[in-house]
Amino acid sequence: MALPPYATFGQRVWHYSFRVICALIFIFLIAPIIVVMPLSFNAQDFFTFTPEMLRFDLDGYSLKHYDDFFTNNEWQRSLKNSLIIAPIATIISVSLGTLAAIGLSQSHVPFKGTIMAILISPMIVPLIISATGMFFFYSSLGNWMENNLGLDKNFVGYIKVILAHAVLGIPFVIITVTATLVGFDKSLTRAAANMGANPVTTFFRVQMPLILPGVISGGLFAFITSFDEVVVVLFVGSAGQKTLPWQMFTGLREQISPTILAVATLLVVISISLLTVVELLRRRSEKLRGMSPS
Amino acid sequence: MSAANTSSPVLAADGSPLKRSLKHALRRQKLRALALIAPLLIFVLITFIFPIASMLFRSVQNDIVPNTLPYTVQALADWDANKDPLPPETVFTAMYFDMFPAAEAKRHTRLGTRLNYEQTGISSLFRQTGRKLDDLGKKIEKLLSKLDTAWNDGETWYQLFNADQNIAEITLLQTQRNRIAKLTDSDTNGDINFAPSAEIAKFLPLTTRAYTAWAVYTSTQNGKDPAATNPWEAVPVALVLDLKTADLSDYSGPHVELLQELQKADLPLTSFTETFTNYDPDWATVTPWETIQTHSGLYTSGYFLNAVDAQKTPAGIAWQPEDKQILQKLFVRTLIMSLVITGSCIMLGYPVAWLLANLPMRKANILLILVLLPFWTSLLVRTSAWKVMLQQQGVINDILVWIGLVNDAERLIMINNQFGTIVAMTHILLPFMILPMYSVMQTIPPSYLRAAKSLGATNWTAFWRVYFPQSVPGIGAGSILVFILAIGYYITPEIVGGTKGVFISNRIAYHISSSLNWGLAAALGSILLAAVLILYWAYDRIVGIDNVKLG
Repeated sequence: MALPPYATFGQRVWHYSFRVICALIFIFLIAPIIVVMPLSFNAQDFFTFTPEMLRFDLDGYSLKHYDDFFTNNEWQRSLKNSLIIAPIATIISVSLGTLAAIGLSQSHVPFKGTIMAILISPMIVPLIISATGMFFFYSSLGNWMENNLGLDKNFVGYIKVILAHAVLGIPFVIITVTATLVGFDKSLTRAAANMGANPVTTFFRVQMPLILPGVISGGLFAFITSFDEVVVVLFVGSAGQKTLPWQMFTGLREQISPTILAVATLLVVISISLLTVVELLRRRSEKLRGMSPS
Repeated sequence: MSAANTSSPVLAADGSPLKRSLKHALRRQKLRALALIAPLLIFVLITFIFPIASMLFRSVQNDIVPNTLPYTVQALADWDANKDPLPPETVFTAMYFDMFPAAEAKRHTRLGTRLNYEQTGISSLFRQTGRKLDDLGKKIEKLLSKLDTAWNDGETWYQLFNADQNIAEITLLQTQRNRIAKLTDSDTNGDINFAPSAEIAKFLPLTTRAYTAWAVYTSTQNGKDPAATNPWEAVPVALVLDLKTADLSDYSGPHVELLQELQKADLPLTSFTETFTNYDPDWATVTPWETIQTHSGLYTSGYFLNAVDAQKTPAGIAWQPEDKQILQKLFVRTLIMSLVITGSCIMLGYPVAWLLANLPMRKANILLILVLLPFWTSLLVRTSAWKVMLQQQGVINDILVWIGLVNDAERLIMINNQFGTIVAMTHILLPFMILPMYSVMQTIPPSYLRAAKSLGATNWTAFWRVYFPQSVPGIGAGSILVFILAIGYYITPEIVGGTKGVFISNRIAYHISSSLNWGLAAALGSILLAAVLILYWAYDRIVGIDNVKLG
């Protein structure tokens, strides 16, 4: 990459202009996310920098949008809904997904291609199509549950959204866990069985600790999928299940309040921490598999 | 080899032939694998595959027409619009007795809406006719009660038509139960305290049918006892019509005198053709009848034709009128914009991927974070960020004005149009392009480029002839991924696309939640899904789904 000392003038020009181009693309990637942050401290209800902010006048900045987010009932309820729905959906997709991934990684699985295609399909099918299909299915399922099982309408609403989100998270769990299992040394389970461990003990004491990084990062993907999902919840859920992204979506479409920017900033902070966790897990997983982190 | 075959089989430890015991072990292994997969597979099949399949089925489903107008559809089957300008009286009669329960169940408006997709104006025709449908029956009821007040009593009617279960016309009851069940989408199998008498059904077939339909409806839908309730107005109308031709001389059931007196009175009944023409002159034209006839099948290709701006007409398949042709344009626009987005992702992604692949690992990892951060950031955060950036009072315009490139009065319009959608979606999908490109470029040894140069190639030739061809798989993988994601996008075009920058998915959402034309939405969805699946198949062939990597 370094420029050789014998480079011609043209090569030098190209070398530096290429770097400038790349820098511009990185700015394009990162700028929108960076710009949101200072704007969320705007003292005015504007979506743009005020002269006070540009002068770094402290009066131009305030925490009032954050204050609004933490005190406004609607925002708080949607945050609560997201924090209810996403973890439960994640648990469902991780537990079912991990089992299935272990099954899929065995050596003789009939119809493996078809099964894989079906399990990955929630990721491939455009969300709007999944959402419309689920809209019809879950409205009749919801009616059935309300009428025949006598469940509370609000409770049924949560079940519907959770199940819908669990399905959407499954492909991510399958992909990450099967990828981890590729590097898993099968003789370890055989050794465990040889020493008298039953399959359940073998799973929890030998296999699980080794594939845990993959399971956790699959779970994080499933969590993000649910936590960030709008389309399906718009169609399947009712007002009682309004999640954070839904609230942001209505906010963006109808009344634009700068509170959205405060929420956005908080979400960016969350995603930075998640990114760090995934990266650490990846390194740990590589270390466990005997590879040095590059 | 032959020696091994002839000698006795190799035995396993437990004495059974090794071949068989291996086969057993293999089957056990297969079953265990399937048992592990089964819970998830069933879960996905029930909550994902089945809902989508049944949604797609809606795109050809047309049972609303035969369910709402069962007898009309039958009667219309023999009518040929080229020979008779108007269908015969039997069709109008069937229409009256089909419309009546439909109007009571408020289903005629729904049918009107369905047929209105094919022929504008039919919706209001059905609605208005449904409103006036009682008029004829009210008139007849008045005449009946003038003749004998016993007709005002629900009991009289009940005695006339009810019979003991043993001698009742069970098939008629069952057909009417099914008919009302299909009409109202509900269960009609409960006890209704009524069974039509086979005796009276012989003399007054139409009336018995109408009364049975009413009895089923009133007890299952309204929860009333047919014995104590007056039947709806269609029943007296049917009675008067039946008595015009019935021969009552052999009849010996209840209320013989009442019936004979009524037949003698010979109440006036205008023809149904005239009645309908009075309700709305449009019924005297060929259009509504032809439309019903054309769309009377249980399944239809109509929604798919609508989805490509065509239409099923009595004369065959034809294009929609110019001003209604928007969907083809929308498909083309979705396609072109997805291509533009994919193209700009390639343009922006290639240099970055190249840089990442050729920098020392430590530096590359730091720069990779800049790619992964947007990838991990909430879609709505990025979309709202672009709204902030692109608005007329937004950050980009502010900067341009501040630099002096743009006059304050002439701020650029960059949002709520195609430009906004393309920019925002390029940003959102760029990581999906960079990551596959990066993983392919990492495998290309840098020594190849050096070798090419030492053999005398210029920088450009070395890149174009040596490096680029090896990076094409990465471009292909990234492009298909980005294109698949772009073509089905909904949220971002909805927020930054305005009216000019929306995709086919926005149209699907509109038909699901606003216009309620679910059949058309399903047809559009099927086409979109087919396109995505073909692309996915190509992706699988080129890249392999097992090679999908995340993060």
